[in-house]
Amino acid sequence: MNDSLNLVLFSGTDDKLQAAAVLTAGAAALGKPVNLFLQYWALDAFRADRIDCDHGLAAEAGTEGRAAVDALRAAGQASWAETLRQAKELGGVNIRACSLSMDLLHLEPADLSPLVDDVEGVTAFYLNADDGQIVFI
Amino acid sequence: MTLQITQTVDARGLSCPMPIVKAAQAIKTMASGALLEVLATDPGSVKDFAAWSKITGNGLVEQTADAGVYRFVLRRK
Repeated sequence: MNDSLNLVLFSGTDDKLQAAAVLTAGAAALGKPVNLFLQYWALDAFRADRIDCDHGLAAEAGTEGRAAVDALRAAGQASWAETLRQAKELGGVNIRACSLSMDLLHLEPADLSPLVDDVEGVTAFYLNADDGQIVFI
Repeated sequence: MTLQITQTVDARGLSCPMPIVKAAQAIKTMASGALLEVLATDPGSVKDFAAWSKITGNGLVEQTADAGVYRFVLRRK
């Protein structure tokens, strides 16, 4: 079993992306290779012109959850995009867009944030993941 | 005994996992055996630095808490 962490990001709300960014940064700090595969609404959130916008929260957050998330941010919590930038500085973090989702959203590589390294298909994702653990968010 | 600190990371006010991320970034630039001091206010950092030390092999030389500020001294492996 290799020690890589392979996260499939599907949801595009700020809370789920924040949780994914925390998992990524923690693994990177331990020297684990991390592969992020961006699908559907998560990929949409990585558009260069939208990455720093408000992407809302999962439905279960409710108004109390919204207030809690806002309070953490007001206290200076780094955004998920900033957390991923810091994780990439450590090295070993690769962020790739799902090619099917690129077609779905009519996106070109130039439309994406510089955080995204490349576009790949699902087979390439499995090849990179090898036999490391895969988590779907 | 006074430890010879090479570099200090002030992670006070940062939430998980930023204290560990900042420490990992800093220690990469240091020589083997050099000491890194980290200041943090995230209570989770106490268990996090112990785990990080165990997994990465960088030593946790000192750990203190004073008025809500946690101080860690780490030795680059």
